[in-house]
Amino acid sequence: MIYISHATRAVMALAVAISASGAGLPAPVMAQSTPIAFQGAHLIPISGPEIEDGTLIIHQGRIVAVGPRADVAIPMGTQVVDATGKVIMPGLVDTHSHIGGGDGGDGTSALHPAVRILDALNPQDDGIRKARSGGITTVNVMPGSGHLMSGQTAYIKLREGNTIYDLLLCTDPAQEICGGMKMANGTNPRRPPPFPGTRARAASMARDLFVQAQDYQARKAAAASDRNATPPVRDLGMEAMVEILEGRRIVHFHTHRHDDVLTVLRLAREFGFRVVLQHVSEAWMVADEIAAAEEVLGSSIIMIDAPGGKLEAINVSFVSGAALEEAGARSVGFHTDDGITDSRFFLRSAAVAVRVGMSREAALRGLTLSGAEMMDMADRVGSLTPGKDADLVILSGDPLSVYTRVEETWIEGARVFDLSNPVHRGHAVGGYNLLRTSSHHHHGWEDYR
Amino acid sequence: MNRLHLNRTFPCLLTAAAAVTLSLSAGADALEAQLAVRGGTVYTMEGPALQNGVVLIGADGRIQQVGPAASTPIPAGWRTLEAAVVTPGLVDGRSVVGLAGYLNQPHDQDQLETSSAIQPELRAVDAYNPREALVDYVRSLGVTTMHTGHGPGALMSGQTMVVKTRGASVEEATVMPVTTIAMTLGPEVGANFSGNPGTRARGMALVRAEFLKAQDALPQLRADGTLSPRNLRTEILARALRGEVKVLITAQRSTEILGALRLQREFGFPLILDGAAEAYNLVDEIREAQVPVILHPTMARHSGTLENATLETARILRDAGIQVSLQSGFEAYVPKTRVILFEAAMAAAYGLSFEEALRSITLAPAQILGLADRVGSLAPGKDGDLVLFNGDPFEYLTLVCGVVIEGQVTNEDPACQG
Repeated sequence: MIYISHATRAVMALAVAISASGAGLPAPVMAQSTPIAFQGAHLIPISGPEIEDGTLIIHQGRIVAVGPRADVAIPMGTQVVDATGKVIMPGLVDTHSHIGGGDGGDGTSALHPAVRILDALNPQDDGIRKARSGGITTVNVMPGSGHLMSGQTAYIKLREGNTIYDLLLCTDPAQEICGGMKMANGTNPRRPPPFPGTRARAASMARDLFVQAQDYQARKAAAASDRNATPPVRDLGMEAMVEILEGRRIVHFHTHRHDDVLTVLRLAREFGFRVVLQHVSEAWMVADEIAAAEEVLGSSIIMIDAPGGKLEAINVSFVSGAALEEAGARSVGFHTDDGITDSRFFLRSAAVAVRVGMSREAALRGLTLSGAEMMDMADRVGSLTPGKDADLVILSGDPLSVYTRVEETWIEGARVFDLSNPVHRGHAVGGYNLLRTSSHHHHGWEDYR
Repeated sequence: MNRLHLNRTFPCLLTAAAAVTLSLSAGADALEAQLAVRGGTVYTMEGPALQNGVVLIGADGRIQQVGPAASTPIPAGWRTLEAAVVTPGLVDGRSVVGLAGYLNQPHDQDQLETSSAIQPELRAVDAYNPREALVDYVRSLGVTTMHTGHGPGALMSGQTMVVKTRGASVEEATVMPVTTIAMTLGPEVGANFSGNPGTRARGMALVRAEFLKAQDALPQLRADGTLSPRNLRTEILARALRGEVKVLITAQRSTEILGALRLQREFGFPLILDGAAEAYNLVDEIREAQVPVILHPTMARHSGTLENATLETARILRDAGIQVSLQSGFEAYVPKTRVILFEAAMAAAYGLSFEEALRSITLAPAQILGLADRVGSLAPGKDGDLVLFNGDPFEYLTLVCGVVIEGQVTNEDPACQG
């Protein structure tokens, strides 16, 4: 099922409609003209305390009301869904994933500020379907691996769509900032020239690029105020770097070892860029330093079931979440790095963090609002708050229980995953020839380093 | 940071301290092995779970008695541990830990020899490192017995063995020095051997030729498993044909699973299917062949030869009456090993019953590997191997509170409240 034929689409649409009526739930409506109220669920708004027996109302793709059943009036014409026994939380935000089958920078250079992952994404990739089945609604898709700078990341919603424009959170990639910038240090970018061979060389090459960008920025500014000054020749990579220097584009920095984390903090301080620490396997060793660094927007942790596999990850531990929380670090969250871990198991990342001491509240925030903050999207997603996008997950039970299943995933008022739909169920559990285009992300060069 | 529990997830951090503790406990005097374990629920795997049960482990490290607390008095002076839930020590059906190390550098990767695609004479005992950090790690998560050895990736990569996850030397750790001959079928094998074999069919032809040689030699195989003149390769294969050594065939896709069953029919060796990602398509064939399956880890990456894997395969195979064990398997990258406690939990989340999921990491692998007289369940005479939990073992938030191997407490989490 690499590309679904029109006939298959019709069958799938029918299946959705049938299962929806069977479950007594409304079929997704594009503009969501009718308000929908989910009543009786245990709500986890993230932005406030959990609500027993709550009501959540969505309309026109937005959340319009959240509260205890007794406090939320249901307007006339609202479709009421009995969600008794269910748990509803915001759609999950994955701050680092490789779904979509895209790549990034190639081997011609260690630094690719002009390369955009959005030019390489397949919106019909099965990895996207799998991610929906895991409750994920918003994703930072990262380009490649093994570069100092692999390229520009893409912030997407996992909407049903045929083109990348259906998924992006911006409308014109030529004019708007549609993602962050992926960087890496440690052993990840080390390989023969033109790549760095040592840590100090890697830092030097990164600094050099930022110094060039500062110069480009200064010449642009000079030309803007002085008509005799010559503006720099337009350079797409430098344009993106200036966005970083201006604080409008976030750097997502792959970094594992404690000393590499501190190198990121040093670079961020020198050039004043806003950075999200990605992976941060040894965060538990430098939690206080991370918490104290003003440039750090957040830390996105990967939960790996055993230490090792590469030298950077020999000290990886579930405990990093708890350590960062205890140190008071801002925006501590998680990511799948799909296909390193499977998007279908994303809830598990928070659960294993709680297992070793992170608070439930911080861990659930780490799957949602903290991730949104790390992508400058907290005004749109990450909590069940009136005015925000109607992105939500309906769970069969507590999000931190292994036995809990994602039953439905909604994005902007449209149901994009329904476990009772046999086709969707196939994406959730796998099967023969069901997921032929899912993410086969290869970390290539770094595999044995 | 006093509420962080580094040891729960990361025993290798405690290197020095843990090593000292371990060697001391291994050398403790016999009286210390007299241990009583009381559990709110004791899963013996020999019948219904005991509520408020007691397990008594004698000075010889064997279980003396298992029963309800009311009728199983704890002798005076015995050390007593308590926990909400007690299970048998976990048995990992298939691992490479100890041959494969967590650094993932050439010097600690001994699970696959790439000089030749057929080397069944390679012994696991010559490569197992009992002090590998991952041995400590999996024991901290309940694994007391591990079927480890040569990995997938060659037509015949070498032999496997069974160890207890303790001991300073391979001799101290070994339970069974030769358990299976590890084989892999599939075109992907060629990638490790410069394209030889380059196809499935050629791989099968090479394997059949080796078994034919062993078949010819079988009448001359002496009782001690040797030939005259000696031939290490033919001897081990002939021992498999005589039924003394099992053959573990990693076969993920349907074509390879059928190929493994065809080899078994032709040569009659005791077969274990390993991996078996597409086994759900062949339940009738596998059941009729009466072949057990050591299934891939539930959370193994569903890509490459596992692209058609499902999260429900364990349940589907058990529903069909097929013997199923789970495994930690082989990982080339992060995580360097999977953890059977977590993999069984995920199988339980996707339809396998609690008891069956627990069975898949205790009694089932013990039976499949021929170890059920020693491990896999709690019964008098069996090894005193137990795991203590503070709740449902499969729940993410439940902790391993203690691990006992042959009556010795190897792991104890003082922060864990039973």
